[in-house]
Amino acid sequence: MSEPSASAPLLAVRELDAYYGDFQALFGLSMEVRAGEAVAVIGANGAGKSTLLKSIAGLLRSRPDAITFAGEPIGGLPAHAVAARGVALVPEGRALFPSLSVEENLLIGGQLKRPGPWTLSSIYELFPVLGERRAMQSTALSGGQQQMVAIARGLMANPKLLLCDEISLGLAPIVVRDIYARLPAILAAGIALVLVEQDVVQALKAVQRVYCLQEGRVALSGTAKDLTRDTIAAAYFGV
Amino acid sequence: MSVRVTFASRSSRIGLALCAIGFVALAAAPAWGGRDDLQLLAQIYSYVALASLWNLLAGYAGLVSVGQQAYVGLGAYLLFAFGIFGGVPLLAAIPLAGLIAAAVAVPIAALVFRLRGHYFAIGTWIVAEVFRLTASQVSVLGGGSGTSLPASLIIAIAPSRQLRDFIEYWVALALVVAVLLLIVLLLRSRYGLALKAIRDSELAATCNGVDVIRTKILVYIVTAGATAMIGAFIFLQRLRISPDAAFSVNDWTAFVIFITVIGGIGRIEGPIVGTIVFFALRQTLADLGTVYLLMLGAVAIAIMLAAPKGIWGVVVARLGWQIFPLERRVIAESSPSHSTAVKA
Amino acid sequence: MTDWINVILQGVLVGGLYAMFAAGLSLIFGVMRLVNIAHGDLIVLAAYLALVATQTLGIGPLVSLLIVVPLMAAIGYALQRFILNRTLGEDLLPPLLVTFGLSVIIQNGLLALFTADDRKLDAGALEVATVRLVEGVYVGLLPLLQFAVAVAVIAALQFVFYRTALGRAFRATADSPQVAQLMGLDNRHVFALAMALSLAVVAIAGVFLAIRADFDPSIGPARLIFGFEAVIIGGLGSLWGTFAGGLVLGVAQAIGAHINPGWQILAGHIAFLVILAIRPEGLFTKGRA
Repeated sequence: MSEPSASAPLLAVRELDAYYGDFQALFGLSMEVRAGEAVAVIGANGAGKSTLLKSIAGLLRSRPDAITFAGEPIGGLPAHAVAARGVALVPEGRALFPSLSVEENLLIGGQLKRPGPWTLSSIYELFPVLGERRAMQSTALSGGQQQMVAIARGLMANPKLLLCDEISLGLAPIVVRDIYARLPAILAAGIALVLVEQDVVQALKAVQRVYCLQEGRVALSGTAKDLTRDTIAAAYFGV
Repeated sequence: MSVRVTFASRSSRIGLALCAIGFVALAAAPAWGGRDDLQLLAQIYSYVALASLWNLLAGYAGLVSVGQQAYVGLGAYLLFAFGIFGGVPLLAAIPLAGLIAAAVAVPIAALVFRLRGHYFAIGTWIVAEVFRLTASQVSVLGGGSGTSLPASLIIAIAPSRQLRDFIEYWVALALVVAVLLLIVLLLRSRYGLALKAIRDSELAATCNGVDVIRTKILVYIVTAGATAMIGAFIFLQRLRISPDAAFSVNDWTAFVIFITVIGGIGRIEGPIVGTIVFFALRQTLADLGTVYLLMLGAVAIAIMLAAPKGIWGVVVARLGWQIFPLERRVIAESSPSHSTAVKA
Repeated sequence: MTDWINVILQGVLVGGLYAMFAAGLSLIFGVMRLVNIAHGDLIVLAAYLALVATQTLGIGPLVSLLIVVPLMAAIGYALQRFILNRTLGEDLLPPLLVTFGLSVIIQNGLLALFTADDRKLDAGALEVATVRLVEGVYVGLLPLLQFAVAVAVIAALQFVFYRTALGRAFRATADSPQVAQLMGLDNRHVFALAMALSLAVVAIAGVFLAIRADFDPSIGPARLIFGFEAVIIGGLGSLWGTFAGGLVLGVAQAIGAHINPGWQILAGHIAFLVILAIRPEGLFTKGRA
């Protein structure tokens, strides 16, 4: 893994509140991610992890200065503007485009034509099975393969920050291991990564730092090495 | 602790009282109004009825029809047919036309319900066009140019013109009251509760045992029959019928839709408010012809974008009024003197 | 026998025009689930724009396409971006009512500007030229040209949808507007482009309509209905299916007209209702309306 940058954080979340209608999901949440760093966000169902990612990606509007990316306040921007600045979200449940083939899903991921290491050929190198199935309807693939398409689609945007929402969801452990095995190659290119996971074990092995959310707040944060299983379990379940 | 459901609220009690007073005044109109006044009022009643029925269909049952003119024209043609060929007294032909039209609506529903949403809307329009084109081919009723009611049938209503005017006026008033009563009773019944559930979420309603399709078809058929009766009356008063007039999209759908949108969809008071505004505009602006229609279209668009719930919707949002007691309020009574109310 | 061949041929040729009416309609519904009630009136608007262009600039109707098509596309973009985008959502009443209001505005606006007089565009020699296909079977050059243009338009739309980045954007946004945003696509812009494309097709259809027959401000709704019927007969979700639906409608009308001129349009409606009764998903697809 590359060394995280020592200067200002790439992504800074400060006192973020998030609402679904009248229901408040996040309460003054703060976190940060440095360039090239891998961070995990864990927590039980309903803790606010997906809400956090959606807020960062711009699907939920926030106070402009609640979220800062590369020094620019992006909280008030719509999702397509956030994407244009180099943030890519791999949504929960894959969310591939059913009308598009595998390759078309990748191509649309690269819609913005940002320069960078990820192109169709380098993607197919990392995920050979996708190259074999490039012309198939994306939804005809297995769950694990679809997840690869979703991640690859995010990479095609050559983002500076990749947000992954529960990529292990609904997949068999061996498939999850296979996917996580690609992460080092992805991180080697210098991308920053936020992994939201319920599967804590896999996530902790892949990242440097961890935030644990509970009911919309950060209950615990620290480096993956320093946090013991018990402290995490305590924070996870609010014991 | 016991629970009861009530419909009344303070504003509805006041509103109903005002309505009762208004009704008495209107029923006595022949005493204070001239011939033109009575005819204008009858037109207003007809539009209130048509708009209320369209509102029931679109605002409550979620069935947006752009083809209700099919039943206006059908009711009118049935009246003429029964009167001229069936020897049926004209006034009796009105409910008869309604019944037949409701029966016709059954196979029509079977067809158009195969379409959903926007496509349903256009499908109903096509059905109306089929009715119109078919009517043009019926030569015994005048074909494309139409026909008039024979004098004998008109005189049979009443010997003097003044008495005829009074009777026609009261029939118009009776029809609109009947339509409003029908709608209120329907909405207060379990069908009404079903409609509300369907409006909020069809899926949830189905899961809770509401037969969505059957409820919608019922509303469609009832609306068709009632619309036909109004159509029958309108053309009875006009004395003359033609396919283009009977099945006019402008007169029976465009205006009705505008009235309901401006007044407020999905609330009973809406069409009434809308009709009043519509006729006020018409009396002042009708001379402008096409420009008037242009403005109507622009106003409808503006309202849809800015205040989708119409004028009455704004009133409800700001003041919480309702004239017709339709909101169910669940009152929990822990002791005879102590009760808390929850609105639904 | 040649009599009937001619009838069917005429039906097929006019069916191409109906297919063009339908293509724009079906494109919009596919991308954003919007049915534009003013669609037919926009076709008529295009016809009047062509009229003004030919009269003020002294150019031929086909040349006027160079002006009318971009102009209508721009109108479509603005219409969607500033008005119709605000009506999109779960509720189907707002777009329906706003486009209905638009229909009334366009009809009455044209009526105020141009009166109810019949108009027609003059294509000169092109209108009377005929081509002999086989013995006894003659076809007007203009209808043939119009049919060829219809085929070209549908083929072009297919190409755009399935082989270009724009088409990918359309399909992705139709699948999931939210996820499309994550790809950097601005939905407001994508929808507006779709409407621009739809009205570009409408413009072509409008000009050919204007050359082919008399037109006046009130004929819009009928064109909407023909387009709609073609879409339903052919089936949703397939441009070539829509094209075939247009042909079926054209042929049904031609047969009806041959039996009795007053039955032309009614025959089309009846064909539509029969298809609706027997095979509501359309003749050429597996989807459901």
